[in-house]
Amino acid sequence: MAQTANVIEMIGITKEFGTFRANDDVHLDVKKGEIHALLGENGAGKSTLMNILSGLLEPTSGTIKVNGQEVQISSPDVANKLGIGMVHQHFMLVDKFTVAENIMLGKEKHRFGFIDAKEAEKDVQELSDRYGLKVDPKAEIASITVGMQQRAEILKTLYRGADILIFDEPTGVLTPQEIDELMGIMKALVKEGKSIILITHKLDEIKAVADRCTVIRRGKSIDTVEVATTSQQELADMMVGRSVSFKVDKKPANPQEPVLVIKDLVVKEARGFDAVKKISLEVKAGEVLGIAGVDGNGQSELIQAITGLTKVDSGTITLDGKDITNLKPRHITETGLGHIPEDRQKYGLILPMRLEENISLQTYYQKPYSKNGFLQHDKVKEQAKRLIKEFDVRTQSEESPAAALSGGNQQKAIIAREIDRNPSLLIAAQPTRGLDVGAIEYIHKRLVEQRDNGKGVILMSYELDEVMNVSDRIAVMYDGNIIAIVNANETNEKELGLLMAGVSPEKAHEEVKKETGKESESFVESK
Amino acid sequence: MLKVSRSKLDNLLVPIFSIILGFVFGAILMLFFGYNPITAYEAMIMGVFGSPYFLGEALRQATILTFTGLGFAIAFKAGFFNIGVSGQLLAGWVSAIWVALAFPDLPRLVLVPLSIGAGVLFGAIWAGIAGFLRAYFGTSEVIVTIMLNFTALHTTNYIIRNILAVGNTTERISENASLRVGWLTDLTAGSRLNMGFFIAIVVVILYWIFMTHMTAGFEIRAVGLNPFASTYAGMSAKKNIILSMVISGALAGLGGAIHGMGTFGNLFTQNALPNIGFNGIAVALLGLGNPIGIFFSSILFGVLDVGAGFMPNRAGVPDEMASIVIAAIIFFVGANYLIRLVLNKVSTNKAVQNEGGE
Repeated sequence: MAQTANVIEMIGITKEFGTFRANDDVHLDVKKGEIHALLGENGAGKSTLMNILSGLLEPTSGTIKVNGQEVQISSPDVANKLGIGMVHQHFMLVDKFTVAENIMLGKEKHRFGFIDAKEAEKDVQELSDRYGLKVDPKAEIASITVGMQQRAEILKTLYRGADILIFDEPTGVLTPQEIDELMGIMKALVKEGKSIILITHKLDEIKAVADRCTVIRRGKSIDTVEVATTSQQELADMMVGRSVSFKVDKKPANPQEPVLVIKDLVVKEARGFDAVKKISLEVKAGEVLGIAGVDGNGQSELIQAITGLTKVDSGTITLDGKDITNLKPRHITETGLGHIPEDRQKYGLILPMRLEENISLQTYYQKPYSKNGFLQHDKVKEQAKRLIKEFDVRTQSEESPAAALSGGNQQKAIIAREIDRNPSLLIAAQPTRGLDVGAIEYIHKRLVEQRDNGKGVILMSYELDEVMNVSDRIAVMYDGNIIAIVNANETNEKELGLLMAGVSPEKAHEEVKKETGKESESFVESK
Repeated sequence: MLKVSRSKLDNLLVPIFSIILGFVFGAILMLFFGYNPITAYEAMIMGVFGSPYFLGEALRQATILTFTGLGFAIAFKAGFFNIGVSGQLLAGWVSAIWVALAFPDLPRLVLVPLSIGAGVLFGAIWAGIAGFLRAYFGTSEVIVTIMLNFTALHTTNYIIRNILAVGNTTERISENASLRVGWLTDLTAGSRLNMGFFIAIVVVILYWIFMTHMTAGFEIRAVGLNPFASTYAGMSAKKNIILSMVISGALAGLGGAIHGMGTFGNLFTQNALPNIGFNGIAVALLGLGNPIGIFFSSILFGVLDVGAGFMPNRAGVPDEMASIVIAAIIFFVGANYLIRLVLNKVSTNKAVQNEGGE
């Protein structure tokens, strides 16, 4: 009987929020011991579906069966008892606690009211040995790598007795090496008899680990397919509902005079350490310079220093021939900078404000949007309407609060605002984080368009694919330094991965050469 | 569109619901202690609305509350909790009276604006100190404004005793500095309602224009909602912190000046900070930061304040009880967040039930 092999069956799940159907007759069945991918665009309804399964939301209609039994998952507690555990995208860990303390949180072992830390550490060690999840139970969360934090998060769900693990976009914050490790862990888990639901919009991950894949589009389950016999292109087309192109379609770059010149830049971070250590860098008009590196190697500080959000300790930054070192953000913006910030909801938008107000955020004080200190609401509205149309921002109206838009559309609004000013340098930090293939394709196209219009573009991203696809040159940052600048079409993922891990350029080059057996002339400059 | 009208409806429903709940709770309290709530409320409402004098007094009270409410609201919009409205009001009061007493013979057209201007200026300075310290040294505006409250209180008392007066009360200001006008006084059977009421209406309109139609107001709103994105967009956090606090204090100081030049016509030593400043916080919260909402909630507070005075004589409810009932109403009004939560819960439950039935 094939039926009994299903650990999870979600039948005809519908969830309505007011008049909006987030899930519309969705079907999902997960077999025991499989990795089942849940693929869909942002706002397609994946999270809603998983929130229903983990007891955070109740479906409007539909049935859920766990191990063949019909169940009502009315709270996360119930889900827990049914053996359903969620590995959250944003880790739910207490920074100041140790790994073991975090794992037992809420299920503390205690003796006469005193926490038995030894016992907990032993339990955690046992679990981590059994599933091959290398963690140090005594290490403080704040002091370990993101990959290890994630393993702690996985252990937490296992400690609570989960048999069905939901991974919510688990690779967003990991380095390529860590991603490989995670894939290994997931495979080991299913071998131990666990079942996994993997929420993602990354196709290569699905191809790498998943057995089957259910595609969700606009709240409806489109199909469930065998991953082995389905190509990435087919998956993408199914997800978006039209044919998508992966390769960024671009002509060779035509680099001109430098628009941005950075000399010996030192930036300190909040605690007083040097986050950027004497960096020199040039971005030319008509090129996309990628900045690759693992999160926390000084990229964010570098960008904040260029944009005026952080103080420069020493060194100079010149934009369009003008010294902008330590100028106010508005002054820098007016000199010719567009900035798509890394944290779009914190820096890029004022979420409770109307979309039109957000679109005018950089220009509201200028004519014609403002006259003698009075806002010209009609002009602001006109501009918003034009950009919404031009950049295909999907919203109910320009008067909707920015918070009501999906992540992709929020990002499009920011990009519209920044590109419309036609800046000589556009800085895009993590511009496609958390977005789906369709939106990514669009944003990449726009970045390349800026380049083709003879503007300079900086693309900072933790996604290697993205950096390699869009950039012309790639600067790799490690520990506050640019350790190498390589040409995008002469490097590969392996080499970049090694550089990002701090391997010296010569060595990385050597490694890659050994492996591929062919010579690549990738080094333009190295430091 | 449905969503928009729904939240607008909520903005009206929630305060009204809060008020009703406050009255019900007050009634239960009175019943518990053996008083008749219906006669008590009747005494309160009839007391105010049955006599032009007391209606005038209620509106006079509402005038000052409008200023303190707007003052609190603008700082709150920018993300600051200006608990020093009371001290700023006092600063405005003393400086307006001082100027009025110093130049009693100036023509009215000069002396009134001059005295009011002094009140506005010193209210603004008093709050501006907290804004400046916050912007440049990161000190908590809550602590600084609380301390400035006491400084204002004792400085004012010192100034009265040692400079402006011989005893605890200053002389009355001259006719030329008074905001009272004969026709208003006559219309309200001799109440202290004065031109300040119309100034309040004008300020409510100006406040609205400033916040919705001017770039400076837009910046204050933006900084209050998201200081990070505002900095990113080139707005100066420092400038907006100070500006919002200065305007906040200017409004409170204006309230103080009008209190001095309209309500009392003089200044006297205070035992504690004027309550009317703190009630401005409740007024602003009930009005949800909207200037027109603040105006109407001021009127409600004015009516409650004046009306409470009728409960002892006409309904036999002792003074203390009347104060508790008013406090209960204010409490529920302040707790409108709670009511919002309950309303939300009720409406989603309903929605779920409706959908389940389909």
